[in-house]
Amino acid sequence: MNLTLKIWRQKDSKTKGQMVDYKVTDISEHMSFLEMMDVLNEQLVNSGDEPVAFDHDCREGICGMCSMYINGEAHGPDRGITTCQLHMRMFNDGDTITIEPFRAKAFPVIKDLVVDRMSFERIQQAGGYISVNTSGNTQDANALPISKHAADEAMDAAACIGCGACVATCKNSSAMLFVGAKVAQYALLPQGQVEAADRVKNMVAQMDLEGFGNCTNTGACEVECPKGISLENIARMNREFLKASIKG
Amino acid sequence: MSGFFTSSIGRKYAMALSAFFLMFFLIMHVALNAVSLFSEDAFNQASHFMGTNPLIQFLMQPVLMLGVVFHFVMGFILEIKNRSARVVKYAKNNGAANSTWMSRNMIYSGLFILIFLVIHFLDFWIPEINTKYIVGDMSGLHDGSFRYFHELQHKFIPIWRVALYCIGFIFLALHLLHGFDSAFQSLGANNKYTKGLKGFGKAYAILIPLMFIIIALFHHFNH
Amino acid sequence: MSVLDSKVPKGPIKDKWTDYKNHIDLVNPANKRNIDIIVVGTGLAGGSAAATLAELGYNVKAFAYQDSPRRAHSIAAQGGINAAKNYQGDGDSTYRLFYDTVKGGDYRSREANVYRLAEVSANIIDQCVAQGVPFARDYGGLLDNRSFGGVLVSRTFYAKGQTGQQLLLGAYSAMNRQIARGKIEMFNRHEMLDVVLVDGKARGIITRNLITGEIERHSAHAVVIGTGGYGNVYFLSTNAMGSNATAAWKIHKKGAFFANPCYTQIHPTCIPRSGDYQSKLTLMSESLRNDGRIWVPAKIEDAKAIQEGKLKPTQIAEADRDYYLERRYPAFGNLVPRDVASRAAKERCDAGYGVNATGEAVYLDFAAAFQRYGSEQAKLKGIKNPSKEEVIKLGQAIIEEKYGNLFQMYEKIIAENPYETPMMIYPATHYTMGGVWVDYNLMTTVPGLYCIGEANFSDHGANRLGASALMQGLADGYFVLPYTIGDYLSNDIRTGKIPTDTPEFDAVEKEVQDKIDFFLNNNGTKSVDHFHKRLGKVMWDKVGMSRNAPQLKEAMAEIKAIREEFWKEVKVPGSGSEMNLELEKAGRVADFLELGELFAKDALVREESCGGHFREESTELDGEQKGEAKRNDKDFAFVSAWEYKGEPADAVLHKEELEFNDIELKQRSYK
Ligand SMILES: Cc1cc2nc3c(=O)[nH]c(=O)nc-3n(C[C@H](O)[C@H](O)[C@H](O)COP(=O)(O)OP(=O)(O)OC[C@H]3O[C@@H](n4cnc5c(N)ncnc54)[C@H](O)[C@@H]3O)c2cc1C
Ligand code: HEM
Ligand code: SF4
Ligand code: FES
Repeated sequence: MNLTLKIWRQKDSKTKGQMVDYKVTDISEHMSFLEMMDVLNEQLVNSGDEPVAFDHDCREGICGMCSMYINGEAHGPDRGITTCQLHMRMFNDGDTITIEPFRAKAFPVIKDLVVDRMSFERIQQAGGYISVNTSGNTQDANALPISKHAADEAMDAAACIGCGACVATCKNSSAMLFVGAKVAQYALLPQGQVEAADRVKNMVAQMDLEGFGNCTNTGACEVECPKGISLENIARMNREFLKASIKG
Repeated sequence: MSGFFTSSIGRKYAMALSAFFLMFFLIMHVALNAVSLFSEDAFNQASHFMGTNPLIQFLMQPVLMLGVVFHFVMGFILEIKNRSARVVKYAKNNGAANSTWMSRNMIYSGLFILIFLVIHFLDFWIPEINTKYIVGDMSGLHDGSFRYFHELQHKFIPIWRVALYCIGFIFLALHLLHGFDSAFQSLGANNKYTKGLKGFGKAYAILIPLMFIIIALFHHFNH
Repeated sequence: MSVLDSKVPKGPIKDKWTDYKNHIDLVNPANKRNIDIIVVGTGLAGGSAAATLAELGYNVKAFAYQDSPRRAHSIAAQGGINAAKNYQGDGDSTYRLFYDTVKGGDYRSREANVYRLAEVSANIIDQCVAQGVPFARDYGGLLDNRSFGGVLVSRTFYAKGQTGQQLLLGAYSAMNRQIARGKIEMFNRHEMLDVVLVDGKARGIITRNLITGEIERHSAHAVVIGTGGYGNVYFLSTNAMGSNATAAWKIHKKGAFFANPCYTQIHPTCIPRSGDYQSKLTLMSESLRNDGRIWVPAKIEDAKAIQEGKLKPTQIAEADRDYYLERRYPAFGNLVPRDVASRAAKERCDAGYGVNATGEAVYLDFAAAFQRYGSEQAKLKGIKNPSKEEVIKLGQAIIEEKYGNLFQMYEKIIAENPYETPMMIYPATHYTMGGVWVDYNLMTTVPGLYCIGEANFSDHGANRLGASALMQGLADGYFVLPYTIGDYLSNDIRTGKIPTDTPEFDAVEKEVQDKIDFFLNNNGTKSVDHFHKRLGKVMWDKVGMSRNAPQLKEAMAEIKAIREEFWKEVKVPGSGSEMNLELEKAGRVADFLELGELFAKDALVREESCGGHFREESTELDGEQKGEAKRNDKDFAFVSAWEYKGEPADAVLHKEELEFNDIELKQRSYK
């Protein structure tokens, strides 16, 4: 198929960007979206232009690098997938596809479609861990039984790949799904209890500091999240936060 | 609790609590108004009680006012903050693909409710305050009988006002169609036990405003 | 006598590690504060090492080319991690894990290292659980296990299909704690482009800031490389797009020996390539082979018709199908080890029986499993005389429970419903057992330069067992390196900060800068990918699943030719002072173009078949095993460690003889 692409080009964080139109031809419906981008880039390199910069690595939906806003949706029109798992069969010959970076004040553009997600890193550093040293003398793993239900729920929360689609999608650029998932994972496990109060307070404080917006519970994040992280995690975070605040 | 209400989540709690308060008040209000459908007398009695009981007048009423003001002021503050969290807007954004119109436009439905409330205040509340506290007539009587029911009917004679009320309540319904569930979610009540709330929320969001509309229409056609 | 000293401690194998730990020199806590360590790579190996070293009190600088440590390719591991916990009470033990790993590696690994790996494996699980890794549990709340890859016990721990992700997030959280404390300085989006030696010791690295393009100097008292495997030398693999050999190759060029480059694991169950535009391959869990039957059409006309899209697999009668694994290996059937299954698929496809448009795919068919599970279920549910459809439905439900997410993933990629039509699979490069040579201390042949995780050669011999790479990465990082590096650093407590304004740093930085300038000014005509694809094709065709001397020689010549053309014709747009993805790729491909040639040379020298390395010249000539791989323990029970001497073809071979005192060498048989 033949397509028109409208792509955000921006030289670096300081320069203003704009949408630029490109044409690609003979795209196979079996290609992945990023393979289509590879075709465009090969074309650009061969004609001496700079290829479009975009983040990607694993190309199998797990590393969380890829991050495109395609036709007005984070990771494009399909559900439960990342940009790298999107296939061209979702599009038709002659389509115009708009491709933008994930946008949020807390995700400044580095170049073209590449954004800086260090804000997520800082939130994790604020408390996204359990303080246990690698001594080799930790108690036996089975000395602490955890109900299957709690373990499964913690796993569902832990499945977040930190891609930032929730922020990109949210009309308020809120990071609550991402933070909620991390808080919930530890809140569900006995190992996480000791530091639970400080964790949620510190992570939320960092989240606020980074300039993410507030949650209006539109649920858009849950729909666009490639890993199906549930809004229940945000509710859990809110409860944990209240609990922690009351404790002082 | 230091810093709770300046945190993002704290603000959500505040927003939701004020909303709960308003939703509770709405039930009282609609219940009272509904009485007017069945009995002029009962409506007058009830109105007089509400209008003269010091507890309601000097405690509940200011709290309610504060609640409303707090709610919409907080709504505006959040909206401004949220807008500033995305500096460059998307060239193309397909919000309808992942969320309801209601959820994305709380500020607009809220604004319409606010406009409606202003008119509502001019219509009912200001004259009431005028009669009771400026003129100083606490009797509730007009020409020897209670004035409340007649005033109510009188207000709903002009069709434009009925139409305005209907529109106001449609926006309220839209606001609540998202707001009801949202308030529970904000308070952290979303898990497998709260699934039933969703249906109740829809019913609430539609039935309460509908009831107000019916009352308005009833009095328009039955004066 | 070779120059290689493996430094394996004396004593009985089961006491070596304990004795070693009891006798090494330690660095006291106050002195650790004055010691800097560079860790390149933040996958399971690098991430766990960085966190642990920081906990111990060293100043750690960690580097990754992605924007977060959490995105290292360890994240993609699905299946699980082995540990000799014996929670299932099925007779597992440290010895058995050790034995299975050595045997699985076709007796080409160092006994002492593998024993230590098995020994610390149990600690890994304890550590990860303490960190909050949500491993799967049974209804009693205890940890669940699955069995993996042809071993006789259930010792694999898992977290849904995302074990690597969860383990990496565990290590990442430990890192975050140290980053917050200021003990780890994290350099995301930084690529190591070379190592700096001072007086023969590793004392720093040169990196490029991938956002600004700045070339930076970083110094330390020791340098640890944990940059993963080099499977992308094949262009197509299950590795991430950015996975590269640059760090490993650059240290090789500065004196670290490179061991067994030809040992590569080609995984049999990957989603086949659909066309020339293909950029990477996706793994489907091996567990599918437990229930799927692998076949191709028995008649060449049918195969042709399928390739042209004129025939559907479901239209081929049972009698016209060739279940070639069951035919060739009646004992193990579809469950033969990875390398055997991969070669058999290639053999059929080379003979023209492949089943997709590219001719490079075989079927993995679940119809029989639907039937089997379906009738079982019908009986269990007391359904009398169930219809055919009912049975299939019931069976499909069971398969969905077991592999639902894999079936879904397949359908997303291929757009065919694998419940209705058989899946297509084909082998793909998955793991590289070879890597930088290290001694028992995980130190390379350069003092102060360590290598851990998939980047080193240790532990897996010529073939890696499923679920053992995660174990090795974490063992190296959490439990081995932190001890061994301390022994080395105890001599460095009075060294003081290593300055970066020295001639040694100047020289290496210049080398790096010159290379970058060359690329940017080359004005060639062909993209980097163009060369990478050509290299990949040579590697796949001639240094792939089965190898022979004439083709290996051709491969060496062809790779050299491609490399020369690359340096003349490569085109890299943009500038050096900004994010420039083509420039990043160019540097990586340049290194692959050298590594590939050494790879072929190594394969040429190893005139035996062992593990993932299959030499057509070295097969059983008669008997039941006719045509199967033949190992040659008499002449080849050694590690090939290559010393860099300019051109890859000139590399000098050093042999580390392998001794087997605790395990008896046996030939594998799956007939
Ligand atoms: C699809 C897939 C599934 C797998 N499944 C399993 C399984 O079920 N069980 C199992 O045991 N094993 C499995 N493996 C193997 C296992 O995942 C890997 O061998 C292991 O995770 C490698 O870890 P590592 O830390 O050595 O390297 P990686 O995780 O690859 O980390 C490499 C790190 O080095 C950095 N880096 C690389 N080059 C540079 C450079 N030049 N400069 C700076 N930084 C650099 C990267 O940023 C990254 O942080 C699987 C592998 C794949 C590909
Ligand atoms: C006076 C005019 C009003 C304005 C301007 C307004 C505005 C808003 C806004 C902007 C929100 C979304 C806040 C967020 O970001 O989460 C909101 C939420 C809500 N509003 Fe209003 N509103 C008004 C009146 C009302 C009334 C009269 C009611 C009901 C009786 C109501 C019920 C709710 C509810 C239930 C929520 C959801 C609370 C939550 O998400 O926690 N609002 N309002
Ligand atoms: S919650 Fe979902 S959308 Fe948000 S970062 Fe995690 S995986 Fe991405
Ligand atoms: S590239 Fe890794 S998730 Fe898309």
